[in-house]
Amino acid sequence: MRLRADGLVVRYSALGAPALDGVSLDVPGGALYAVIGPNGSGKSTLMRALLGLAPLSGGRVLLDERPADDWSRRDVARSVGAVPQAESFAFPLTTREMVEMGRYPHLGPLAPPTEADHAAVDRALEACDVAGLAERDVTTLSGGELQRARLARALAQEPRALVLDEPTASLDVRHVMEILELLRASADAGMTILLITHGLETVAQFADRLLLLSRGRVAAEGTAAEVIREDVLREVYEWPISVQPDPATKTPRVTPMRRDAR
Amino acid sequence: MSRWALGVALALALVAAVILGVRFGSVALSTGEVVDVLLGGGGAVERDIVLGLRLPRVLLAGLVGGGLALAGVTFQAVLRNPLAEPYILGISGGASVATVIVLSLGWAAAGSWLMPVAAFVGAVSAIAVVFRVATATGRAMDVRVLLLAGVVVAAFFTACIMFVLAISPARTVQSAVLWMMGSLAAANWTSVATAALYTIPAGTVLMGLARPLNLMAIGDETAHYLGADVEGVKRAALLLAALVTAAGVAVAGVIGFVGLVVPHGVRLLIGSDHRALIPLAFLAGATFLMLADLAARVALAPTEIPVGVVTAFVGVPLFLVLLRRSLAPRSESK
Repeated sequence: MRLRADGLVVRYSALGAPALDGVSLDVPGGALYAVIGPNGSGKSTLMRALLGLAPLSGGRVLLDERPADDWSRRDVARSVGAVPQAESFAFPLTTREMVEMGRYPHLGPLAPPTEADHAAVDRALEACDVAGLAERDVTTLSGGELQRARLARALAQEPRALVLDEPTASLDVRHVMEILELLRASADAGMTILLITHGLETVAQFADRLLLLSRGRVAAEGTAAEVIREDVLREVYEWPISVQPDPATKTPRVTPMRRDAR
Repeated sequence: MSRWALGVALALALVAAVILGVRFGSVALSTGEVVDVLLGGGGAVERDIVLGLRLPRVLLAGLVGGGLALAGVTFQAVLRNPLAEPYILGISGGASVATVIVLSLGWAAAGSWLMPVAAFVGAVSAIAVVFRVATATGRAMDVRVLLLAGVVVAAFFTACIMFVLAISPARTVQSAVLWMMGSLAAANWTSVATAALYTIPAGTVLMGLARPLNLMAIGDETAHYLGADVEGVKRAALLLAALVTAAGVAVAGVIGFVGLVVPHGVRLLIGSDHRALIPLAFLAGATFLMLADLAARVALAPTEIPVGVVTAFVGVPLFLVLLRRSLAPRSESK
């Protein structure tokens, strides 16, 4: 599935600077595309704009070459799985119940889930290694378990694309790498993945291309070597940063430096 | 507990509550006498007691109790807050102001349809005001602000009612006060039909919203990404909850805390899946209010306690426990 945005403009208030100001991207099927940038640079707004939650003052979104406005919400949900940055649970819920919610766009209002629905849920639980936690209350899961369970919910949608907002936030090294390996494998199997993240160097190992946002605009776009550059990052993050090629991974290694030691 | 087991248990409890409610009162009847009457036999006195007084009263308690439980479930799902309830949010107050005005103007005689319509207008106005205040802090409603808004709005409605009563004839005041405390004493077959006409269709439509209401438990943004029409579902669910609350207030006055106690208990037993929660909360609410009304009638017989007092005695302690729990510091899941 191809995700495309042309010149997106989003304004939350009439007066202030736009949250997104002319952002374009083009993610072909089977690509893992990362969106990076400082806090408040518009990453989450970009996700909301792509999926019809942020009102567009300009530009357009194309899903598989068709304008997003022509898609019903349900059709989008059948094709694109999305996990926002944070969720809170109003009532107790088991992991399986939460993952089953991923089947919502495939179900009628009252018809019970079919064998195919249960199979999709089981596959998603397995893929994210949370099958053993299926009957646990989600509020008792650790941060890493919950992130994997939320990803399982998106996979249970059996989508052709995933849009994920910091799915590796607050995870330890192993869990970060496990999720990124899972996403890379999914992309290699044909899934389109748009990944919002702060993990500059880990994502550099996995992403086909990166988009660097700064104050609602595109500061750089391209391969890891083209985007993860000392001059670019220093300007966007307004911090002394050193970028060196890592001898082990051959991808850029990013080191923020103490200002007083400069 | 499986939802089917609870369904069977509640259905049996409901039947038992109907039998108890019809048997006991100022004059106790045997189960045999009740069954005789229901099968078309029995003496004239028994027939009057069962068919004229107790059966409509018990059925009205069931419809109003079930409806209030449905309204509670709906407000809790939409507001993502287990403390939400039509009485606590001031929605019942809004409905009762409109009804008292109709009563004091002497329009109640114009037709039983007018009271629920007036109550509905009042309930929707109350929702509008409470939400406007509660969302002032941003889209994510703070439970404290929401409850405070409900309390203040309810206080205002009480003042409105006092004002209307102050300028009304004494006869109206007496009936209005009894009714404000919540009472099923005025039940008749017309009020049963009125309650059924509003509650059962609204409950059926709410059943159709069960899946999207489930998604809202994890948040509006996720529900949208899963394909739900979040704003549309919210609007429809709130209007239906207002309609059911209004029908209950119009026929039985203000009865608090049913919408808090019943959904909480059912959730503890079977979880928060609204496909099961909505019908089971209706059954449990019906049974709960039938039993509460029975207690109100027989506890200090021949004096009758307002049924709203009984539900408050059960509901307030539970509310305080839940409030403490909800305000206690806890790790926000991320």
